[in-house]
Amino acid sequence: MAEKKTKRRDFLFTATYAVGAVGVGAVVWPMIDQMNPDASVKALASTEVDVSTVNPGNTITVLWRGKPVFIRRRTQDEIEEAKSVKMEELKHPEKDEDRAKNPEWLVMLGVCTHLGCVPLDQKGDYNGWFCPCHGSHYDISGRIRKGPAPTNMEIPEYKFVDANTIKIG
Amino acid sequence: MSDHEYTPQSKAGKWFNDRLPLLTLANHLTDYPTPKNLNYWWTFGGILTFCLITQIVTGLTLAMHYIAHADMAFESVEHIMRDVNYGWLIRYIHANGASMFFLAVYIHIFRSLFYGSYKAPREIIWIIGIIIYLLMMAAAFMGYVLPWGQMSFWGATVITNLFSAIPFVGEGIVTWLWGGYSVDNPTLTRFFTLHYLIPFLILGLVVLHIWALHVPGNNNPVGIDIQKPSKDTVPFHPYIVIKDGFALLMFMIVFAFFVFYTPNILGHADNYIEANPMVTPAHIVPEWYLLPFYAILRSVPDKLLGVIAMLSAIFILAALPWLDTSKIRSAVFRPLYKQFYWILVADVLILGYVGAMPAEGLYLLIARVATAYYFIHFLVILPVLGFKEKTLPVPLSITEPVLGGSPNLAMAKNKESLTK
Amino acid sequence: MKNFFKSLLHISFVFVLSCNSMAAEKVEYLKTDWSFKGLFGKFDRGALQRGYQVYSEVCSSCHSMKYVSYRNLAEKGGPEFSLDQAKAIAASFEVTDGPNADGEMFTRPGKLSDKFVMPYENEKAAQAANGGAYPPDMSVLVKARGGGANYIYSLLQGYEDPPLGMTLDEGVYYNKYMYGNKIKMSNQLSDGLVEYSDGTEATVEQMSKDITTFLMWTAEPHLEARHRMGFKAIVYLIILTVLVYFSMKKIWSRIETEV
Repeated sequence: MAEKKTKRRDFLFTATYAVGAVGVGAVVWPMIDQMNPDASVKALASTEVDVSTVNPGNTITVLWRGKPVFIRRRTQDEIEEAKSVKMEELKHPEKDEDRAKNPEWLVMLGVCTHLGCVPLDQKGDYNGWFCPCHGSHYDISGRIRKGPAPTNMEIPEYKFVDANTIKIG
Repeated sequence: MSDHEYTPQSKAGKWFNDRLPLLTLANHLTDYPTPKNLNYWWTFGGILTFCLITQIVTGLTLAMHYIAHADMAFESVEHIMRDVNYGWLIRYIHANGASMFFLAVYIHIFRSLFYGSYKAPREIIWIIGIIIYLLMMAAAFMGYVLPWGQMSFWGATVITNLFSAIPFVGEGIVTWLWGGYSVDNPTLTRFFTLHYLIPFLILGLVVLHIWALHVPGNNNPVGIDIQKPSKDTVPFHPYIVIKDGFALLMFMIVFAFFVFYTPNILGHADNYIEANPMVTPAHIVPEWYLLPFYAILRSVPDKLLGVIAMLSAIFILAALPWLDTSKIRSAVFRPLYKQFYWILVADVLILGYVGAMPAEGLYLLIARVATAYYFIHFLVILPVLGFKEKTLPVPLSITEPVLGGSPNLAMAKNKESLTK
Repeated sequence: MKNFFKSLLHISFVFVLSCNSMAAEKVEYLKTDWSFKGLFGKFDRGALQRGYQVYSEVCSSCHSMKYVSYRNLAEKGGPEFSLDQAKAIAASFEVTDGPNADGEMFTRPGKLSDKFVMPYENEKAAQAANGGAYPPDMSVLVKARGGGANYIYSLLQGYEDPPLGMTLDEGVYYNKYMYGNKIKMSNQLSDGLVEYSDGTEATVEQMSKDITTFLMWTAEPHLEARHRMGFKAIVYLIILTVLVYFSMKKIWSRIETEV
């Protein structure tokens, strides 16, 4: 009955445990990965929008990956207002030129960076958007100016396929 | 659970254990004195636990993608098979897992029959086991309906129609089960709900099953009561844990072979055709694990009596501890019973075989003879055998068998009969 | 322990035998060397691409394939068309989309994310156009037929004149591999029917093999991944089993009982 402590036994048990642990890991991964976006969801990752009917000063909202995307055709005044803001005044400093490559069009994920609500258009203290959930104010470039949101609203990847069509994603 | 007093070493452990004795429970489980002569047929309890957990885990993940709606169920299963990350793997494990579960449970049941594990004082363990088995059949049947293929639909139609055999209220019950005038969307959604519920009921019953087992302790191949703990026992951990683990791995190799190389062999091709209430498939066959009962059902020409015969075939098992009158547990020391046991095994295999064949001509005749024998075995042979059989002398303990040679040797001889 | 495994082996033997006899069909199907069979079975890319050609030029005028998307054509383990080829294939189909801002449905060229365009609006339309017989959806057809790939392969080559004394109704054809021998699909394949872009000679046998391979893939798009993972899993399990076996022997050697 006496336990013989030999090197071989120790090695054997360690090896068994180690190999077993690898297997458990290999089994756990598929069970986790199945919750990630599946192949059909990933395939829908881009969407094309016809913007020919949007007039200056108006915003349309389209759905992309299940989230609203604001596409605002800004007026000349709004563009100038957005460009005039000094970087020091911003909580999350970003130049308007970097956010809207074509200054007439602001394409932005319409999701408040605080906790994910959809901000309201042309509301708030900065002539931009206002999130009704916890009172975040965004300017006409979608930058956070006041309230709990930590960063500016996100700019998705997009490009103009032609003068009237924007491809998001 | 009061084999001996257990006190945790650490102060925190003691503090916790005084309030919720989980550590006492863990200690009981690891130290649990187990007969040291348990053979590999005893490893199927652990294997079944593994099967249940596998089915629950894969089932939960499948439920995250499956849509229980008559118009979308089939499509959502194809979505799982094609698009969901590792969806094909999880579904094939779940589908084949059901078959592996039944394979293991049949071995577990027949082990119990051979070694008389259902006899006093283990009747409650046995009866809980029968309830688990019934719930397993219900869960498997309802799970098979969920993909909403042709076999799903027609299997559901045929099985639910069994209830119409009940006099007077039968039709009403069937309509109630369906939630309509045929198997349709309401039937599918309730089957999904119940299919989700039953595994957790089984899990609860498994806890009771093991609890009831830990009161008298394990039976063993010699079938004698043993002192515990004693020279005849080993602690559950590490001895039984590692042995169960080894057997489980062997089982998993077989399981993996089915999942990765022949994932559809145990299913039916027709279930890859979407359900169509206008066309019945040419051959309606249940899954292999239900075939013996299906054969019994079809062997009786009367609708109601057929259903009664089929249900009795299962419920008769619950009465087994009282039908078997022999004082000796293990078939090792019951030369006559041993022969009848193997005849019963053959009988059930034959029933399974004819259950898959068309119910006509010679097959029907064989099914009737086999059905009759099944009941004769339990209702006539077992009760009589207990009084008539001349049994062999039983050793007093596992370590000191009074017979020439160890009990394991006697066991080995019994196995020979299988090879013929 | 030996006896245990011996008896287990016997039980499984009986079990497999009875399964086989259940699956045994009355007719002997034609057989060919499928590249996707076996432990390391893989699809023959050429056959898949040719098979797609046969599907699109011959079968797709009646048979839908509603669970397969154009993107699948470029995925690993499939025909593996290049992304541009798959995009071009998708774009060659008109897909109904909508409703647009005016509430109207509109058509646009297909995209990779689209499912294969169906030849008919719905099952009823398909039936109406085919004399009441619904040409089955082909996505999982191989798995939906008892004989599997061999059955489909045989059926396509199984057209014959009906035996003496058998009369066939209008629109019904004789096929020696069909269940009941009567089929509502006429013989679709003839030598040289399609012109393979890779120069393979399009015999009936070749086309049958290619389309069947393609259908096997549409039914089991992850077959290659399954075979690869299966081999690894089983090798892993064997290694762990051996380790656990010796650990068990070691542990049980502490007491004088055979394990």
